[in-house]
Amino acid sequence: MTPGLWELVLKGIWTTIQLLVLSALLAAAVSFVVGIARTHRLWTVRFLAGFYTEVFRGTSALVMIFWVFFVLPPAFGWQLVPLWAGTLALGLTYGAYGSEIVRGALSAVDPAQKEGGVALSFTPWQRMRLILLPQAVPEMIPPFSNLLIELLKGTALVSIMGMGDLAFSGNLVRLALQESAEIYTYILLIYFVIAFLLTRLMRGLEQKLKAGVGKTPTRGVSAHELKRAETTGVGASSGGGVLG
Amino acid sequence: MSTDIQHNPEKNPADNRSGGELIRLEQVTKRFGDNTVLDHLDFSVEAGKHVTLIGPSGSGKTTILRLLMTLTKPDEGRITVDGEQLFPATEKQIREVRKKIGMVFQQFNLFPNMPVLRNITEAPVTVLGLPKDEAEARARELLDLVGLADKCDAYPSQLSGGQQQRVAIARALAMRPKVLLLDEVTSALDPELVAGVLDLLRDIARTTDITMLCVTHEMNFARDISDQVLMFDSGRVIETGSPEKIFNDPENDRTREFLSAVL
Amino acid sequence: MKWDWQAVADFMPQFWDGLLVTLQALALGSVISFALGLVWALLMRAPSRWVTWPVGVVTEFVRNTPLLVQLFFLFYVLPEWGITFSALTTGVFAIGLHYSTYTMQVYRAGIEAVPVGQWEAATALNLPVARTWRVVILPQAIRRVVPALGNYVIAMLKDTPLLMAITVLDMLGQARLFSQENFQFTEPLTVIGVAFILISYLASLLLRALERRLVH
Repeated sequence: MTPGLWELVLKGIWTTIQLLVLSALLAAAVSFVVGIARTHRLWTVRFLAGFYTEVFRGTSALVMIFWVFFVLPPAFGWQLVPLWAGTLALGLTYGAYGSEIVRGALSAVDPAQKEGGVALSFTPWQRMRLILLPQAVPEMIPPFSNLLIELLKGTALVSIMGMGDLAFSGNLVRLALQESAEIYTYILLIYFVIAFLLTRLMRGLEQKLKAGVGKTPTRGVSAHELKRAETTGVGASSGGGVLG
Repeated sequence: MSTDIQHNPEKNPADNRSGGELIRLEQVTKRFGDNTVLDHLDFSVEAGKHVTLIGPSGSGKTTILRLLMTLTKPDEGRITVDGEQLFPATEKQIREVRKKIGMVFQQFNLFPNMPVLRNITEAPVTVLGLPKDEAEARARELLDLVGLADKCDAYPSQLSGGQQQRVAIARALAMRPKVLLLDEVTSALDPELVAGVLDLLRDIARTTDITMLCVTHEMNFARDISDQVLMFDSGRVIETGSPEKIFNDPENDRTREFLSAVL
Repeated sequence: MKWDWQAVADFMPQFWDGLLVTLQALALGSVISFALGLVWALLMRAPSRWVTWPVGVVTEFVRNTPLLVQLFFLFYVLPEWGITFSALTTGVFAIGLHYSTYTMQVYRAGIEAVPVGQWEAATALNLPVARTWRVVILPQAIRRVVPALGNYVIAMLKDTPLLMAITVLDMLGQARLFSQENFQFTEPLTVIGVAFILISYLASLLLRALERRLVH
């Protein structure tokens, strides 16, 4: 590995991180908008939000990426820069999974809390903002942490579109050196380290948020594990174990 | 009742050496963390006897059964069953000794994934090496004995608690144990189902020579079946004697207090 | 936006070929992930840290790194070590391995959910440990985990298009091939997009029905 090749890898890491941050932000926005919409009092709003979730969870992230790169431009006359195209595809897809997390956590808040809000004659939006969300958000962090790792893994898909992310830099180095074991080992290790840091970050966030509502973080994995795949769709990840 | 499930004393005189010791605990100590559940306990049970352990909860009664069933290990001491050492012992020795011991649990613990008949035949076939048809024939006899001859193909979840417990008793008997450990076998049952299970156990106590060790809160049952009652408190036997003596004329104040609270 | 039905019709033969490959990969990948996941879960219960620690590290690593890079690794590195498989075989193995690190957690939860009384009853009956696992614990654990495993099959379905990156002609591979030959992207990509949504929707209905039967 020459310094030049390492520079390529560093650029790849930077692209991956940019893509991760942008698509995580979009996914978070989609998660909350769609997730909250699924608890809306109008059935049409609930239906539309549910339809969105079914469609975007139903399709493959990679197919979505192909669609955004190849079908959107001729159809709508947009030519997105690759970074935004990748962000759009990943954010919309993973946001659909995230909306399930938001909906699940909202519906898990004690109904008495909602009734308390009604008794204080809060508007529905005030109830959501002042009562439901502050209690539900800390509960969302562990599944969101899993989803974030899935999103990180998902960012590698844009390399198939020729975007110069971390996975793509691995392919370039392979071609340059005609040797694959070493570079792919490094690439996998780098992804693992990023995943580790993200897990740590999310755990810190969970502790902070739970302290805010007077709860202690729980690290019980097992019981949730059987349901994890349903709520994040893309499955469980790093519930504790070595990463923890 | 079928004689088939009994250990016939004529055929097997060693089984029923009246006066012979079948179970012996010497200086057995068991701790859970800082809590000493059994404190240098000595006690023995003679073959063929029915011994009931009574006492307040947490006094270590159930722990004795669990030690004998090797579900937990003592911290110190020595346990012998039928002349063979159960603790300390190698895994292989334990497997041999364990064949002589059967246990019925508070929560029945039937295997929910197997029909009733298979629950009973599984261990005789795999552990004792009985041919399948022979094991099934015996299982049917045992089910007949416990009054569930028609439930061979039912799954445990289709049975009432009392029926499940009777299957569990049949399952334990199918291994022809010399010792039957009964751990609060009626505590998890609805009140109206208790009598049926206790009657069955009385029957077994009366007609077989299986040594029985019971932990129970059913004092009338204890009085009926026991040859000997042991009163436990804080990991020690504080009084022992015939049921007549313990229930009618206890010597120890703690025993008196306990009995007046439960009777 | 124009939509060309003729292109859809032209694509259909290739679509069916691709669908077949996708379903093959999914079926075999599922089998591998179910089997390997069980192996990991059982190894994680081994009494020795010399077993649980390496298994824990390896599976955590595989679970937290992209399947795509794992595919590249196996596809390009194995031949360098003198091991050659077809692209499909490599892909199926990679998917199976990747998802086995998820199914292991499902099995673990399922095994832990079997009441301790079942172990005690098996001990009281003197059943050997291997027999206890096989006829008492695992049948009960697996019954509990079937719905969760099913969800991973659906998740796996959505990852099968990644095999295209190592030259496998699955649905997406066929769609890309058709697009490049005919310069028509919209129709084949939309057809397979809809196909994925339909298949995963049907699969989830099927799974819900299965779940109801198991719960009964």
